[in-house]
Amino acid sequence: MFVAATAGILVSMALALLRALLGPTVYDRVLAVNTFGTKTVLLIAAIGFLTERPEFLDLALVYALINFIGTIAVLKFFEYGDLGLTRRIQREAE
Amino acid sequence: MDLAFDVLIWGSLGLGLFFMLVGTIGILRMPDVYTRLHAAGMTDTMGAGFLLLGMALYTVEEMVPGHTSYWTVLVRLVLVYAFLLFTSPIATHALARAGLAGGVEPWTNDAEEGT
Amino acid sequence: MLRAIGLGVVLFGFWLTLSGHYTPLLLGFGVGSCVLVVYIAARMEVVDQEGVPLHVTGRFFSYLPWLMKEIFVANVEVAKVILDPKLPISPRIVVFHGSQDTDLGRAIYANSITLTPGTITTGVAGHEFEIHALRAADLETDEQQQMDVRCTRVERGRRERAS
Repeated sequence: MFVAATAGILVSMALALLRALLGPTVYDRVLAVNTFGTKTVLLIAAIGFLTERPEFLDLALVYALINFIGTIAVLKFFEYGDLGLTRRIQREAE
Repeated sequence: MDLAFDVLIWGSLGLGLFFMLVGTIGILRMPDVYTRLHAAGMTDTMGAGFLLLGMALYTVEEMVPGHTSYWTVLVRLVLVYAFLLFTSPIATHALARAGLAGGVEPWTNDAEEGT
Repeated sequence: MLRAIGLGVVLFGFWLTLSGHYTPLLLGFGVGSCVLVVYIAARMEVVDQEGVPLHVTGRFFSYLPWLMKEIFVANVEVAKVILDPKLPISPRIVVFHGSQDTDLGRAIYANSITLTPGTITTGVAGHEFEIHALRAADLETDEQQQMDVRCTRVERGRRERAS
């Protein structure tokens, strides 16, 4: 049954990639990559069950966190052009 | 007993895939980034929720009494979902804010409704 | 101080469930890393009401089942909208009033709104919540009112019980 689950997740991952390719704004692409990441977490978990190696769940846990931090970092980068350095310099100058 | 369990597992994996696919179709169909966020939220909440519930039920079915490794699998499944539940609204909120700050106008169909 | 110890205990419990190795050496590493994290958190000055919200944890877990039910109902609604060939949406941004007094309560309410498909919090300023809704009709429901009341209850259950 996890073959079906894996296949379904892969299909919806492909659809999410389509949105990332279509855009049109950069925020659409970030959104698509974010949901792609969520699906990757579930794909890792499903593959863990498919291959009877539940240790994969540890990878899923870590990926869930990395995905979130990655999304926030990319958004921050687009908004400020860096990851906080300019504002820190400004703060220290004041 | 086993059959009922199998039906439950299939049902929950199926529901999870359904919500996930509908959410992805929503991302493709919706007109702008803000409405797409609503669709993306479905994948994070119910899509992931039912898929992980299905995996948890599978673990419970396979469980051999006296083996603690099955419990650690269950705990990890719950933790994966907890992380998704805590991070997904923050990412969604950050995206919506970034979009508004970046000058993306929310799409409306008020004009169409008026005519 | 109590909060720092609480944070340390929670972190170590988390480490124990994920580790699966219980030899003295590895347990020592676990304790060491937990102490280090608590020290860094204390240096960052995040060990406070907001950063370590141990006082609302119990009430939060009693709020969770209701939230999950709401999320499920909202998911079905949004799924219907997406699968409808006409795509009957009328998105708009509205300002909403929340009755939470602390930042933590506001964060819980704002995130609950965002988690429920169909509504997204785009900004919070004091008691005003700016919400993007997929359909205008989603906002005029009892559930939104109830969510506000329940989040406030999570935030200050003790004060209500005292009065």
